[in-house]
Amino acid sequence: MKEDKQTTYREAVREGIRNAMQKDDRVFLMGEYVGRYGGCFAVSKGLLEAFGNARIIDTPLCESAYTGAGIGAALNGMRPIVEIMTVNFSLLALDQIMNNAATLLHMSGGQFNVPLVIRMSTGGGKQLAAQHSHSLEGWYAHIPGLKVLTPATVQDAYSMIESALNDPDPVLIFENSLLYNSQGTLDTNAKPLPIKKAVVKRPGNDLTILAYGINLFKALDAAEILEKEAIDAEVIDLRALRPLDDETIMNSVKKTHRVMIVDEGWRSGSISAEIMARINEQAFFELDAAMGRVCSAEVPLPYAKHLEDAALPQPVKIAAMARQIMEDA
Amino acid sequence: MDIESARKFYSQMLLIRRFEEKCIELYSSRKIRGFLHLYIGEEAIAVGVMHALSAEDAVISTYREHGHALARGISAKSIMAEMYGKVEGCAGGRGGSMHLFDAKRRFYGGNAIVGGGLPLAVGMALADKMMKRDRVTVCLFGDGAVAEGEFHESLNLASLWQLPVLFICENNYYAMGTALEFSESEVNLSKKAAGYRINSFQVDGMDVTQVAESAKNAVEDIRSGKGPVFLECLTYRFRPHSMFDAELYRKKTEVNAWKDKGPLVTFKKTLEDKGLWSKIKAQEIEDEITKTIDDAVTFAENGTLEPISDLEKFVYSPEEAQ
Ligand SMILES: Cc1ncc(C[n+]2csc(CCOP(=O)(O)OP(=O)(O)O)c2C)c(N)n1
Ligand SMILES: [Mg+2]
Repeated sequence: MKEDKQTTYREAVREGIRNAMQKDDRVFLMGEYVGRYGGCFAVSKGLLEAFGNARIIDTPLCESAYTGAGIGAALNGMRPIVEIMTVNFSLLALDQIMNNAATLLHMSGGQFNVPLVIRMSTGGGKQLAAQHSHSLEGWYAHIPGLKVLTPATVQDAYSMIESALNDPDPVLIFENSLLYNSQGTLDTNAKPLPIKKAVVKRPGNDLTILAYGINLFKALDAAEILEKEAIDAEVIDLRALRPLDDETIMNSVKKTHRVMIVDEGWRSGSISAEIMARINEQAFFELDAAMGRVCSAEVPLPYAKHLEDAALPQPVKIAAMARQIMEDA
Repeated sequence: MDIESARKFYSQMLLIRRFEEKCIELYSSRKIRGFLHLYIGEEAIAVGVMHALSAEDAVISTYREHGHALARGISAKSIMAEMYGKVEGCAGGRGGSMHLFDAKRRFYGGNAIVGGGLPLAVGMALADKMMKRDRVTVCLFGDGAVAEGEFHESLNLASLWQLPVLFICENNYYAMGTALEFSESEVNLSKKAAGYRINSFQVDGMDVTQVAESAKNAVEDIRSGKGPVFLECLTYRFRPHSMFDAELYRKKTEVNAWKDKGPLVTFKKTLEDKGLWSKIKAQEIEDEITKTIDDAVTFAENGTLEPISDLEKFVYSPEEAQ
């Protein structure tokens, strides 16, 4: 694919899967509607025609069994990609993810690793209410044995597929459903960035904004607002929630001395709470002001648009939190 | 039946029995801890089923798996060391009684989530089918698992995709303290599998020859591409569910009635009828097993405790593999 051509996030994921399947016979895709329907978000459209139904496998609605089957196939020499429609439905597979995928290597004393990739959509913003809108990637990041990736950019949507498949252990990829139509440039020849590296997306000197997934773009929008007020924000794309790139985070804190986090998860017990704790442990004396964060309101996400908008992180809320931190002497 | 297989069946069943009797002793003297689920009474199933497998086949088991592991050929030493939490254990001391693993014998673990192993078996078999390997995956579970959603999801997938899985349901009529009749609307469990269009059979799980024969036929059918097979093995656990069970839910008379038709008693009778009993030299077997178990205990006692600095090992693969 030529550089600089605009590619959608959806196409990037698809091309990431296609590329991996072309390179390695052991890779296959399995999930609800991935084949004949073309994927519930049209991610896998055309892959059935390209690879056939032995490698693009439509499953019945049985999240636990097909996720567990992915684990079994991974144990037995394959490199499966399991697609779960949304993170909400992944709760029906939580037993397999947590009790098998995350534990087998350890319980077996290092004998059985699980090279499985699970992709699922996440996030709110489409008025889908309280059973289709939540952001539970922070929960998954609680679990030792898993890796949790949150590609925000088109390039990461593509290259994280390969990175995840190259990893010997289970990797979960969370794709914000609102990002599938977003566009960006894709270089299919670029060497994938290590998955555990966070990236400074916008260098700045006054305060650090840490974000991941779709909220990276909200943070960048907030930085634009702040720039007009002569506040120079540094925006970092975390890219992975487990492992967290402490080094990049602390380096930025040492530079700006002020920090805030944007997290679409609920505030209590969230990944943002974990990041704040780490900064407190590792860089407390670098801080010039109390840390801040913008999370989702602590409600099951409502349907009505004005309420949903109010519940989710938004650029104006991010900018307001940034101002508050800047005012803190 | 030839003398050699008679001897093998008897000695494997007796090894499991004696091994677990030793475990009870060691549990009482607090040498081994955690949960301990004994297989006593159900030995014929492990021995009969494992006999039907080749080295390339895979086994997925439950938390009541000492018998499965021993019959699969995992050494008494490495299992005992595992119970002791020692590095020399078959899971390096990370698993304990409920999580025995052995990559060399393709033993993919005791799974302590009821029903949790079934989806794994489906995936293992899916991989074999995709790679056109001539292998069978055996998945063992109890009657309690039949009530779980993962059971139904997995049987459906295995049949839908015609996968090489041998499902072994060890129906001992109880899931902890709940009798089958209080759990299942249909207590003939093989009928449930038949509902998924899986070839299914009820087998006398107290008769090792019947289990071995049924498992052999099943494995042959599976290998010839006829899809999964389900064997419901009717059995009984002679001991409490675990070491913390007052057995309020069943009568002594019921337990004793089952003991009278236990696997060792039944097999001895078969051999006597066939004039083979004296030929297998039971006392010699008993002596060999005593020594095997003594050696296993010594091995475990002398095993090493993993340094605490290794605590976080095996959460992820070694850095160089990543
Ligand atoms: C999902 C789940 N629920 C409950 C338990 C607790 N538990 C452990 S064993 C058991 C009974 C299972 O009975 P069965 O499947 O018949 O096997 P058996 O113990 O009779 O061999 C229960 C309820 C568990 N381990 N996993
Ligand atoms: Mg039972």
